[in-house]
Parts: sequence; C-alpha cells; structure tokens
Amino acid sequence: MYIVKRLLTMIVTIWLIATLTFIIMKSIPGDPFASDANVLPEEVLQNIRAKYNLDKPLPVQYALYMKNLLTFDLGPSIQSETRDVNTLIADGFPVSAVLGLQSLVIALLFGILLGIIAALNHNRLLDHVAMFLAIIGISVPSFILAPLLIKYFAVEWKLLPVASWGTWAHSILPSIALATTPMAVIARFMRSSMLEVMRQNYIKTAEAKGLSPAAIVIKHGIRNAILPVITFIGPLFAVLITGTFVIEKIFAIPGLGKYFVDSIFNRDYPVILGTTVFFSTILVITLFLVDISYRLIDPRIKLTSRGD
Amino acid sequence: MISQKEDALFRPIDRSRLESDVIQRPSLSFGKQVLINIVKNKMAVLGAILLFAIVIMAIVGPHLVPYSYSDQNLANGSQPPSSKHWFGTDDLGRDMWSRTWYGARISLTVGLVAALIDLVIGVLVGGISGYMAGRGKLGDRIDNILMRIVEILYGIPYLLVVILLMVIMEQGLWTIIIALSITGWVGMARIIRGQILQLKQQEYVMAAQKLGTSHAKIIFRHLLPNALGIIIVNLTFTIPQAIFAESFLSFLGLGVQAPFASWGTMANDALGVILNGQWWRLFFPGFMIALTMFAFNVFGDGLQDALDPRTRK
Repeated sequence: MYIVKRLLTMIVTIWLIATLTFIIMKSIPGDPFASDANVLPEEVLQNIRAKYNLDKPLPVQYALYMKNLLTFDLGPSIQSETRDVNTLIADGFPVSAVLGLQSLVIALLFGILLGIIAALNHNRLLDHVAMFLAIIGISVPSFILAPLLIKYFAVEWKLLPVASWGTWAHSILPSIALATTPMAVIARFMRSSMLEVMRQNYIKTAEAKGLSPAAIVIKHGIRNAILPVITFIGPLFAVLITGTFVIEKIFAIPGLGKYFVDSIFNRDYPVILGTTVFFSTILVITLFLVDISYRLIDPRIKLTSRGD
Repeated sequence: MISQKEDALFRPIDRSRLESDVIQRPSLSFGKQVLINIVKNKMAVLGAILLFAIVIMAIVGPHLVPYSYSDQNLANGSQPPSSKHWFGTDDLGRDMWSRTWYGARISLTVGLVAALIDLVIGVLVGGISGYMAGRGKLGDRIDNILMRIVEILYGIPYLLVVILLMVIMEQGLWTIIIALSITGWVGMARIIRGQILQLKQQEYVMAAQKLGTSHAKIIFRHLLPNALGIIIVNLTFTIPQAIFAESFLSFLGLGVQAPFASWGTMANDALGVILNGQWWRLFFPGFMIALTMFAFNVFGDGLQDALDPRTRK
C-alpha cells in the first residue's frame, strides 16, 4: 500500500517539476533562434517556429508537450536537428552512467574506509592524516583537480590518455576527479557518526561479551553509523549517473552532462524539459529507495504511522 | 554491659567518608562548560585563531599594499611573487595579494551567509519532517509534503532558477547568495531528517514524550543536539560548496564580474595559465580556500566535542 502510494506521489512530483520548469523556462527572455535571426528571412523563421510549435499559445504548447510525455516521447531537439531528445539521452546516458557509477564506488569505498580509520583512531595521528586528506579533497574542486590530473598523469608521465572516451583507461582520470569531493564528504560523515556510535552502550556490551574488534565495527558500528552516508549519496547518485557538465567538458566525454547546461543557454526547450524529466525520474526513485533502505538498516525507523 | 570484646566489633565511622557524597566539582552552566572544553582543545583554538586572522586580513589586507584589486599594469603582468608583489601579479598586472584579500570578502560572505541560511531552513524542515513522519495521519502528510518540496527543488534545473533570478533582480552579490540558498538547504534538510528518523526511536525521546514535553522542545532540546555532529560536518562543507558554486556562476557569466575578485573566480581564471607554470595564480586562492576549510573543520570538530556533555573530564 505504501509503495503504491509512493509511486503515485512520484508521478505527481515529476509532473510538478516538469510544469514548474516549463513555466520558468518560458518566463526567462531568450529565443532558440536568436543566432539565426540575422541571417534568415522572417518567413523562414516563422516556418521553423511553427515546426517546433513555438508559434502556438503557451497553454497549447504545454498541453502538447504533456500529451507527448505520456507516451514517453520527449520531442525533437532544436539544436541538434538530426537527433530527438530520446536519442540524445539513449546515446549519452550509458556513458555518463558508467562514469558516475565508477566514481560513486570509488567515493563510497575509500570514503567509508577513511572515516572508520579516523574514528577508531580518534585524535591520534591516523585520524589527523585521514581528516587532512578529507579537507584537501573538499577544498580542491573537480574543475581544479581535473586539469592537474591531466597535466601529471597524462601529459608528463604519459600513464593515461589525456581525454575523450573509449577504453576503460579513458575513464580512470575523470572518475578520480569526480570521486574526490564526495569521498572526502563521506569520510567526514562516517567519522562523525562512527564516533557517536562507538560511544553507545551496545558497543560496550559487544566488547564485554568478547566480540572481536572487527566484528564490533562491521556488525554494530558501520550499520548504525551509515545512515547519513546513505542520505548523502541518494541525490549524489542521481546527479553523477546523469553526467556532470564540468568534468565531461574538461575530458571531452560524450555524456549527458553537457545537455543540462547547453540546452538552457541555447533555449533548446524540448531538451531542457526532457533532461529535467529524465533526471527527476531517477531522482525521485533514488530518494524513495533511500527511504526504504532506512528501514532495512534500522528496523526501528518508522516512515509512516501505519508502521510500514 | 558491653564487653571489650564486643566493643571491638563496632568501628567508629570515618568522618571523611561522608564527604564522598558531596559534589566536589563546581557546578558549571552548559555555556561555560562548552567554553572551557573549546579552550582546552588545541586544534579548535587553532581553527578559531585562523578564522579570526583570515577575517582580519580580508578587512585590512588590501590596504597593506599600494595597489588596488582592480589596478591594471600590463607591462607588469604575470609576475611571480616578489618583494613588490607578494603574491605575484595576474595576466593584466593586477596585484594578487590585493585581489586575494579582496576576494576573501566576497567568498567569505557568500560562504558564511549561504551556510547560515542553509542551516536555519534545513534544521526547521528536516527537524519537523523527520519528527512528524509516522506521527498520525497529519504527521505523515507534513513529512510527505515537505519531502516532495525538497524533491521538486532538487529536480528543477538550478541554472534556470538562477537565470530567472538574474532577470528579476539586479546582478550582484546578494542575488548570488539568494540563488545559492533557494536550493542549498535541501541537502541539509534531508540529512537532518534521516538523523531524526533514527534518533527518535531512542528511549530518551519516548521518556520525554511520556512526560508531556512539547514537540518543539523534543526536537530542539533532545533530537537536534544529538544530531549535532552530522549537522556541523554538513555545515563545514556547505561553505566551500557555496564558494565554488559562486565561481561556477561567475564562470557562466552570472556571478561577480571582473574586475571584482573572489577566490573561486581567481582559481577559475588560473586554470588557463597553470600549465604554463604560473603556479601562483592557482596556489594563493586555492590555498586560502583550503586554509579556510581547514580552520572551519578543526573548529567544527572541536565544537562537536565541546558541545557533548560526555566530554567533561
């Protein structure tokens, strides 16, 4: 029952996001054909506008778009004449998803590990080293880290390809650049909540009954401390697998990330709405899964008063 | 009569043991205890001193050199640090020292104000949402509505909102801060909600509820203080996030414009020349961001320990 209700809510949420996005993008000034306006005669422009339904009143445009959306048709792209929005997503998403998943795995693995090491060595050398690394990771954003990685690993030491996409080696540097900041944030979350958990009485009980330190950390420590990390990676997952503008630009990766930004600057209305609906769908599903996982991690958590 | 032998079975009370029941340590108010804990924590003190020094330098730094942040001197461009230009010059011959400290004003304002707004809205929404979930039909509905608002704000393209703001309002620092705050709080709200969902199952919350404590008091006195560690961690990286988001907006032509400087835009401008060996262009703004982060983090960690009543030794 809860799941059915949430699914219905998700559809309403996506519809609201699409509607608000439609209203905002139509209320900012601009024109997808601004650069053509000087070269093309007025009649031609009129025809092009008519082709994309831009000559119709806004409510009609909205209704037409929503009708197509019901059949999962995201419409044509104005900028790229040969490909429609569905094709843009089908081409770009697999690339972005591989890159995003890879960096998420790196961030989670090393972030959790660093955080636990820091917490177990609270205020000792290893804690300071781990948190120093975390602070560097948070202070150096991907757009600074990426050129530095290229300069050393690709240009000077020639270990990895400079840019573009193809083999697995191409994905290593961008994955590292994308993973660094989330990794550092996860490490800080993990340390903080691990410190809190390790002070609890049930940890003392576990110690008293003679559990090995490893068993205490894995069975009682991580499970109780992981919740903030799960909350944090929810939206991050949606953002990373749909592609990031900056990293894909720096490494010339043919992913989905650039459309989120370029479409807005080109006023490519169908692409703006299409990418937004696509991202929102992944987002609301992910956040739903995060809520569900709360209950799997800590069965005491109640999300609704009916107990489910 | 009591014989000598029986008398030996009795022992006079050792008067000094009565005193063991007396509370020896001075009773301290919570605020005083926190202050003592912070002052005792060397790293926290270091963080506080660093933050203070950075703020002071942001105020007086640009006045220590005879160049303003916007003075161009093309003949003197791209110079490495020297006794004349302590942090070197950029490609237009502008003094990097002056620009770095001038940039500190913009970056620190953006970072601090955005973080503060995130904190206030995030705590309110996250606290209420997490506490109300599972608390009757009305409670479920409140949590549901607040979390759907969060999803909608996550979902709408952020750049569109920023452009809309730029159309409605005039371009400038406060527009950037508002643009960062409109969606900035949603992460904080979800983190706090998650913590509250977990914490409210604890026995002390049940005890407080049975004693008739008001919802607001349970949220603010019992739940949020126990989520403080995570809140502080989240807050400390909201600040650099805002500093970089500002530079991204500037990079897209929506943030502060030349000749104004911020750490983010300076780092951004340096990307083109770092490969030519002009390390100082990236190093000084980058180092200042890292130093500020370091200061906030160690101070935040110290604060987290200091606010925990169990820390008293």
